[in-house]
Amino acid sequence: MIVFAKPSSGVPSRPSRSKTEQAAPLTATDSLAHIVIVGASLAGMQAAQMLRRGGYDRSLTIIGDEPHYPYDRPPLSKQYLAGSWDESKLRLRAAVDPDELGIDWRIGVPARALELSGSSVMMADGTSIPYDGLIIATGASARRLPGPDLEGVYVVRSLDDARALRDAFDAEPKRVAVIGAGFIGAEVAATARERGLEVTMIEAAKSPLGRVLDTAAGLAIADLHRSHGVDVRLGVGVHSLVSGEGAGAHTVAGVALADGTVVEADVVVVGIGVTPNTGWLEGSGLTIDDGVVCDETCLAAPGVVAAGDVARWPNVRFGEQLTRVEQWDNAVDQGAYVARRLLAEDEVAPFAPVPWFWSDQYDRKIQLAGMPTSSAEVVHGSMAEQRFVQIYGRPDRDELVGALAWNRPRQAVQARQLIEQRATMAEARETLGG
Amino acid sequence: MHERTVERPVKIVVDFDLCESNAVCMGIAPEVFEVRDDDFLYILDENPGPELHDRVREAVERCPKQAITLED
Repeated sequence: MIVFAKPSSGVPSRPSRSKTEQAAPLTATDSLAHIVIVGASLAGMQAAQMLRRGGYDRSLTIIGDEPHYPYDRPPLSKQYLAGSWDESKLRLRAAVDPDELGIDWRIGVPARALELSGSSVMMADGTSIPYDGLIIATGASARRLPGPDLEGVYVVRSLDDARALRDAFDAEPKRVAVIGAGFIGAEVAATARERGLEVTMIEAAKSPLGRVLDTAAGLAIADLHRSHGVDVRLGVGVHSLVSGEGAGAHTVAGVALADGTVVEADVVVVGIGVTPNTGWLEGSGLTIDDGVVCDETCLAAPGVVAAGDVARWPNVRFGEQLTRVEQWDNAVDQGAYVARRLLAEDEVAPFAPVPWFWSDQYDRKIQLAGMPTSSAEVVHGSMAEQRFVQIYGRPDRDELVGALAWNRPRQAVQARQLIEQRATMAEARETLGG
Repeated sequence: MHERTVERPVKIVVDFDLCESNAVCMGIAPEVFEVRDDDFLYILDENPGPELHDRVREAVERCPKQAITLED
């Protein structure tokens, strides 16, 4: 593990909700005349907001590769794709008035390289932007299937992606095939069904959401989708995409599965995860390994911090292991944290949050706090009634480290606090059960 | 603690068309926000005192639906 500056203390003993109170006052030092944020999405925007709120009044630049002011991504697979929200509702609130925070916006041009020794960011248009402090928040990109690009194949990551898929849904396709039953795939499948489209969801693993949910909870997701009319195929991989005949040779016509069957579909949505956007950092001298590798205070190099989907750091709450969190709430939290980290110079406690995310599918609200483990038990409700709380214990000692809540938002919040307080499993049963 | 400005009174406004009862706000400021077993959010204190302003502001930012606003 790399460590540049040892934080002064260990794991924060107080819940993270009091972080704003315990944060050191931000002081804009003379050594930080210009802060550059690469990445104009949630984490970067939150960092900018926190810098300004903390009194940083020097020069602040935000670089973003997309030609849009910062917008919120979760609605892209839900309200926006459903057609119930228009684009004006997506803009992040802090960016509704782009002039409000005194930001020098450089959007629509990607950063191409980082010159660490010269402290500057090289832009794709040939210009370079020098910095005194750098926040890396370039996020991640949707993975695509290998092979030639075919018309009718979509991913959902950016506004432009979602716009294209929404147009495709508007054209009332005969069948939508969703490859991958992760959160994006499952949400797109739900939205497509709610729009009255025929949907087949294909997942190579034995159960949906296998990266975060155990098999039983994952199968409950499969049941939920089946009960809404989705043709769910589990445990079968994708062999290849099938294109049409003749004039349709560049257009998708279906998905060939590893078991030899073909799912005919005129729209295919690929939801097979993301890869962190670190290509521009190759050769920069930063450690890149499935993200920008940071110390426990999110520092990647002196004066350089990383936040959001691109950052990989050891969350000391759960051990030494490097983690990268692809979650909305983490982007907000970590964006704010790195702003403080950059300005405070030292005496900063490690970034050790309890992760939390939600997913809305049909009328279900699924929330996961902390880390799922194989030591799982349902303590409230039941999977059959699709209203339940499942808790996860740490394998090596009696401690609550995670909880899954279905349509139980109150318990999700309580669970998150219990995890922060390092409650025992018995305490968790007592509070969340019943 | 670092005082930024003289605290003015605030009024909490929730857009209930946006609110999806994720209960994040309740986790941050339970004195002000409560999601009950009916899954609806209730505002316990529309005009919270200055001692709660920092946490209320955090709740505004951490709301995944951006459904909470503060009015002066």
